[in-house]
Amino acid sequence: MALLQVDDLSVTFARRGQRTVHAVDGVSFSVDAGEVVGLVGESGCGKSVTSLAIMGLLPKQPGLRVGGKAVFDGTDLLQLDDRSRRDIRGRDVAMIFQDPLSSLNPVIPIGLQVTEVLTRHRGMRGEAAKKEAADLLDRVGIPDPRRRLKEYPHQLSGGMRQRALIAMSVACQPRLLIADEPTTALDVTIQAQILELLKDLVRDSGTALVMITHDLGVVAGMCDTINVLYGGRVVETARRRPLFREPRHPYTVGLLGSVPCLDAGPGERLKPIPGSVRDLLAWPDGCAFAPRCARRIDECVGEPPELVLAHDGRSYRCLNPAPVPGTVPPWATGGRAATDPATDAPTAGAAAPAAADDATAGPVPAPREKEKP
Amino acid sequence: MTEEAGTESDILVEVRDLKVHFPIKRGILLDRVVGHVKAVDGVDLSIPRGKTYGLVGESGCGKSTLGRALLQLTPPTGGEVRFDGVELTTLPAGKLRTMRRRMQMIFQDPMSSLDPRQNIESILVEGLQTHGIGTDRDDRRRIIGETLDAVGLPRWALSRYPHEFSGGQRQRIGIARALVLGPELIVADEPVSALDVSIQAQVVNLLEELQDNLGLTYLFIAHDLAVVKHISDVVGVMYLGALVEEAPSDRLYSEPLHPYTRALMSAVPVPDPDVEDRRERILLAGDLPSPANPPAGCRFHTRCPWAQPTRCADERPALRDIGGSRVACHFAERIASGELRPHKVSVQIVRPEGEGGAPAVVSAPTEPGSYV
Repeated sequence: MALLQVDDLSVTFARRGQRTVHAVDGVSFSVDAGEVVGLVGESGCGKSVTSLAIMGLLPKQPGLRVGGKAVFDGTDLLQLDDRSRRDIRGRDVAMIFQDPLSSLNPVIPIGLQVTEVLTRHRGMRGEAAKKEAADLLDRVGIPDPRRRLKEYPHQLSGGMRQRALIAMSVACQPRLLIADEPTTALDVTIQAQILELLKDLVRDSGTALVMITHDLGVVAGMCDTINVLYGGRVVETARRRPLFREPRHPYTVGLLGSVPCLDAGPGERLKPIPGSVRDLLAWPDGCAFAPRCARRIDECVGEPPELVLAHDGRSYRCLNPAPVPGTVPPWATGGRAATDPATDAPTAGAAAPAAADDATAGPVPAPREKEKP
Repeated sequence: MTEEAGTESDILVEVRDLKVHFPIKRGILLDRVVGHVKAVDGVDLSIPRGKTYGLVGESGCGKSTLGRALLQLTPPTGGEVRFDGVELTTLPAGKLRTMRRRMQMIFQDPMSSLDPRQNIESILVEGLQTHGIGTDRDDRRRIIGETLDAVGLPRWALSRYPHEFSGGQRQRIGIARALVLGPELIVADEPVSALDVSIQAQVVNLLEELQDNLGLTYLFIAHDLAVVKHISDVVGVMYLGALVEEAPSDRLYSEPLHPYTRALMSAVPVPDPDVEDRRERILLAGDLPSPANPPAGCRFHTRCPWAQPTRCADERPALRDIGGSRVACHFAERIASGELRPHKVSVQIVRPEGEGGAPAVVSAPTEPGSYV
């Protein structure tokens, strides 16, 4: 029995006069106790919205619809009322956010923010809470913790703030920790410190960790299982080694080809994915990655592809996956794959019968929506 | 305009002992200068024509300030910058202005470096008008059109505004704005760090193609070592306002000599599980000390796992040549040979003098264009 079982989670934002945005569209994954699971993807792929939906932290606004299930230890987190959700949040499930400065209250000293968790969930007060808070700060590697308790977030450096945030989230020894881009705002040497700290915490306490990141290097070093997200769907799930050794989904292949390697030879060009994430706007049905995909076939624009289960607990959502290295050479399937996504896009978009209501939008829309950098 | 044939040489940019110190002021009526933030403190480097010089370092190390000082966007407090044989620091403002045509900058955040109220044509034509390039409107249109083709933007982009483009396209506009004047040197300050990985690769490839086609010289500033290694011929590593190591990019990555470079290399996450499991991380203790009150002697000695009781704390190492690299470390050879072993470093709290409650370390700088 998995600790957290997310089943067919979907989040849609509807706005009057605008097309409904499917931020998360049928995401399923599971996290076992003590396991580190990665959610990887670029901005706009729905990885943060997934975590916020699980935590019940999405802003309550008209037009927001959350569907599916997120079963944590027998209870569906999505069905809970606010009060019982608050009991679980911080005690059993905790979250670490990307930007420690904006997730800490700037006008309250660090100490009070840490003891708040202890008071709320563990009923600790006064000197006992203070002592426990100092111990927590010490445990996450903040020097001189007694003095730090009285300081305000702006007096700490970025790395120290992230450590304070981690101290708050592990204060009640949660069974599940969700870390949303915990090191993106930090320098590499500080990032290494924080990743090492998270690894130690997971190893020592048996906490399960969901690591949300865009950095493939971070997942390669930390995660047991990795889910690659694109356009609100999980496109590939695999254990760590198989994913990096033989990626099957073209998007995963493209991501790995886009990252420059430290040990690469001189003069090698990167192999970027053409187009941008926004191109999915023209593709309401079928595979969201199809407009950018080099291995696209005609079937790709019809129904959303189902998850294909392969051996060894890996699955991918693709009709024409990249061949496993060493079996079929990539050019052998060239006859089936579309030649060029850019030139092929208009005809394919019009041919898709399900896309009728959105066909007017055209396959290459002028980018209008604001993109998160 | 200087005649380009007369001063042709292999070195396009030469920087000698460059210093940029920002005063820290106190008081309301009388601005007392109580100290200096030594953002750049004595940097020597030279960039060969047609090559890429990569500058890496963590936030607050002064790499952006160095790039800006090189273009005289931030006036240096000392030292020399020679561009194609012309000394820039003493050049009168008018002459400097004409020189600017030959050296352009690409900024990190393409949204905040493009005027949201100007359309793309107006953004691109502004530089041409300022420098009097092109005889008439049609001629300028032609130049702009060619530039758009070079950076891979469609012609219809001209009448659009920056918000209508995606992050990657905006960065292409930023590159087009720099390219339209036909510069020789481009200072790219974190040009890809705001972009997603797949888009990042597109922009990196574009920059490489442009260099091949136009013979551009780049100063490429970034914090991402993998990107810098990929694009650069020579890489300089900065720490607290000074270069600690400079080497050809392959050599820097295969044989890092300075302890800080070693720590940086070992901290970069690599998308390969086997490498990640095998590697030995050199974890640095604590944060970057304050550049207002840098440690005496070697600036890295407070965090250095190889720091020795002699020399490190009281003698500032100069860059020395060691087998093709330039390294600022007293003990580089003995560390490389394995004679000295790393030891544990406890976190030291470095507080600026007379500022008891002030932040102990420098966090992300607020200066625009620097990495936050």
